[in-house]
Amino acid sequence: MPRSLTKTRFTAMALSFALVCASLFPVTGRADSKIRIMTATTDLASLAQEIGGDKVDVESVARGYQDPHFVDPKPSFLLKLSKAELLIVVGLELEIGWLPPLITQSSNPRIQVGAPGYFDASRFAKILELPTGQVTRAEGDVHPLGNPHYWLDPDNGLRIAKGIQTKLSEMRPNDAAYFGQRYDAFEQRLKQSDQQWQAQMKPYAGRKVVTYHRSWPNFAEHFGLNVVGYVEPRPGIPPSPQHTVELIGQMKRDGVKVIMVEPYFDLKTPNSIARDTGAVVVVLMPSVGGEKEITDYFKLFDYDIAKLKKAFDETH
Amino acid sequence: MKRFAVLSALLLFSAIAHAQDATSVPNKRDVSPANTEDARMKALEAQVRSLAGEVALLRSEVKELRETKSPEPSSGPQVLLASAHPEPGMLPSSPAPAAAQVAQTQTFGGASGNAKLLNPDISLIGDFIGTAGHNNVSPGRSLEMHESEVGLQAIIDPYARADAFISFGETGVNVEEAYVTFTSLPAGLLLKVGKKRADFGKVNTIHNHALPFIDRPLVTNNLVGGEDGIDDAGFFLSRFLPAPKNWFLEGSAEVLRGDSADVFQASRRQDVSVVGHLRAYRDLSESTNLDLGVSYARGHNNNGSNFLTNLYSGDATLRWKPLRRAIYNSFLFRTELFWSARDQLSLAVPTLFQTQHAFGMYSYAEYRVNRRWTVGGRFDRSGHATDARLTDTGFSGILTYWPSEFSQIRGQYRFGHLATGPADFSNANEILFQFLFVMGAHGAHPF
Repeated sequence: MPRSLTKTRFTAMALSFALVCASLFPVTGRADSKIRIMTATTDLASLAQEIGGDKVDVESVARGYQDPHFVDPKPSFLLKLSKAELLIVVGLELEIGWLPPLITQSSNPRIQVGAPGYFDASRFAKILELPTGQVTRAEGDVHPLGNPHYWLDPDNGLRIAKGIQTKLSEMRPNDAAYFGQRYDAFEQRLKQSDQQWQAQMKPYAGRKVVTYHRSWPNFAEHFGLNVVGYVEPRPGIPPSPQHTVELIGQMKRDGVKVIMVEPYFDLKTPNSIARDTGAVVVVLMPSVGGEKEITDYFKLFDYDIAKLKKAFDETH
Repeated sequence: MKRFAVLSALLLFSAIAHAQDATSVPNKRDVSPANTEDARMKALEAQVRSLAGEVALLRSEVKELRETKSPEPSSGPQVLLASAHPEPGMLPSSPAPAAAQVAQTQTFGGASGNAKLLNPDISLIGDFIGTAGHNNVSPGRSLEMHESEVGLQAIIDPYARADAFISFGETGVNVEEAYVTFTSLPAGLLLKVGKKRADFGKVNTIHNHALPFIDRPLVTNNLVGGEDGIDDAGFFLSRFLPAPKNWFLEGSAEVLRGDSADVFQASRRQDVSVVGHLRAYRDLSESTNLDLGVSYARGHNNNGSNFLTNLYSGDATLRWKPLRRAIYNSFLFRTELFWSARDQLSLAVPTLFQTQHAFGMYSYAEYRVNRRWTVGGRFDRSGHATDARLTDTGFSGILTYWPSEFSQIRGQYRFGHLATGPADFSNANEILFQFLFVMGAHGAHPF
């Protein structure tokens, strides 16, 4: 009896002791004063970089060519999250399948939900497709808090950037002027670019398009496109033959000539729809980093608009 | 009403802001007093113009809101519950193509406040299992509503969150897990207190519905407590450990009461059990990673306080998931090895104290063929904890179909070469099938 008791106690104490010892060597970051920012997606990382300049270190969990609904919560992200001072998330339950466990396990008090270092970008953005009335999953994987793909509207990019500027200034009051300056420059550049984008898209205002997933309402609204259907029968549900037939009929009736597809979806169904309807499949990037050349928020719209323009011109 | 209050507050606010701007302008021009009056007039004019513009903008927004929301604004604060049944007049009449209930309303934040209130995230996962075929050693029921697991999860306060999973079986209710997690401890410590599946290897930590197979591996049943496994009340402390570059190391130390299915049993208060776990993880590339672990558990068994069971385990997982095709293709290979050293009275001479050393393992591989189908296979081999001379062997083939992310249909063929005596075996051939469904809050994806 004493043997087992002391042994068990000894093991328990040894284990706790080992952990406490380990705690004495804290996992610290670098000594410089850059704000360490983690973001859920690359677009938010790009916006944070625009405002933070060389006063911040930004990294995104998801990659630009990855479906942001399905990201693996790898432990390698935990290390980065454990050192982060600020976590910027898309919110609206986009990351619900993978971010909550990462946040909890990061054991970083600064970025827990509601803590000062937790920044939900959706609170600053204009949100579309907010369901009213009853929400059921008969509609598929619906987002009850509204469509989370809101960053694809430059106006929202600006709003989020403003929020980030305020947050960074709170965190480093000494650098507030710097962040303010960077925001002003960003605003000016974005407005200028937006004018060009709008001008490029103007000839195609009101064009009817079909998209794979419901990723583009903000983009469509901003650039005057009319999304009339989706390749997915419901959000998050793979294409079904019956829905595809209906969609082909609808596209023929409405004269839809462009199918917009995100890079992480299979092109088989969109291609076969395109063959039947004479439409063009255009793979658009919903996020920064989707292609190597899309290195920031500006290039994202440059890329998508150039591709769309080409597709519209081809099918005219 | 509230909306108008907010709008008027906004107007007032912008007016003040403009007024402040305006006053700062003439101050600068005080050097030339002749122009002061003129400049003031101009500034005021500009201010009035911009205010008029803002009023027009706000008017149009109010109009837009009125058109998209209810025709008659309700008197109290309008809270839209996700589960609320809409009144006929509430539904937007615009013919949206795919979902009639989705209105093109706009909001600037604040939506999350309304939809959830302070309820915890609630979910229920139903797990229906059927078995057909032949098994003389451990025959399962032909059809059963194996469990209905209710999950309640919420943030408790700025320092903690809590998770509770209560499973309703056909014969009773079991608190599978209920624990609070303290997320704001110093020195990077993470403490969980409550009842929880211990971090002993991999399969022990996974809930039934999240397993990649219908049954648990033979070794779980033979050596590690069966379906519930090492699942006990206690303290669970973990922390990241300093690691070589590109490696992730995590250590866990857990002290439990000492009651876990048939593995551990506490006859006295002092009979606590301990679990230690070390996890090492490394990204081999963007799409491939390696996950290794060693675990140790020690507790008293059902022979009494003098009889200990020591469990050792090692696990290795290789995952491959190309990020661009993550929802279509992936591969996982996992092996877990278990050693059990169990004190007991000798089987031959019941007055003699002895320790039975049994070994067990399973290997599992799965491949996601496309968005809806996954195929997998598992090999099992395990001795019996109480009689290491008896060794069971088995293999399974598994096919899984996902109609959506929220339901799952699975079939499994299971062959078992099960020991009934030191040299006697009984073969089992079975087909298992399972229907899983998830309602309520969207849970975390398994990893």
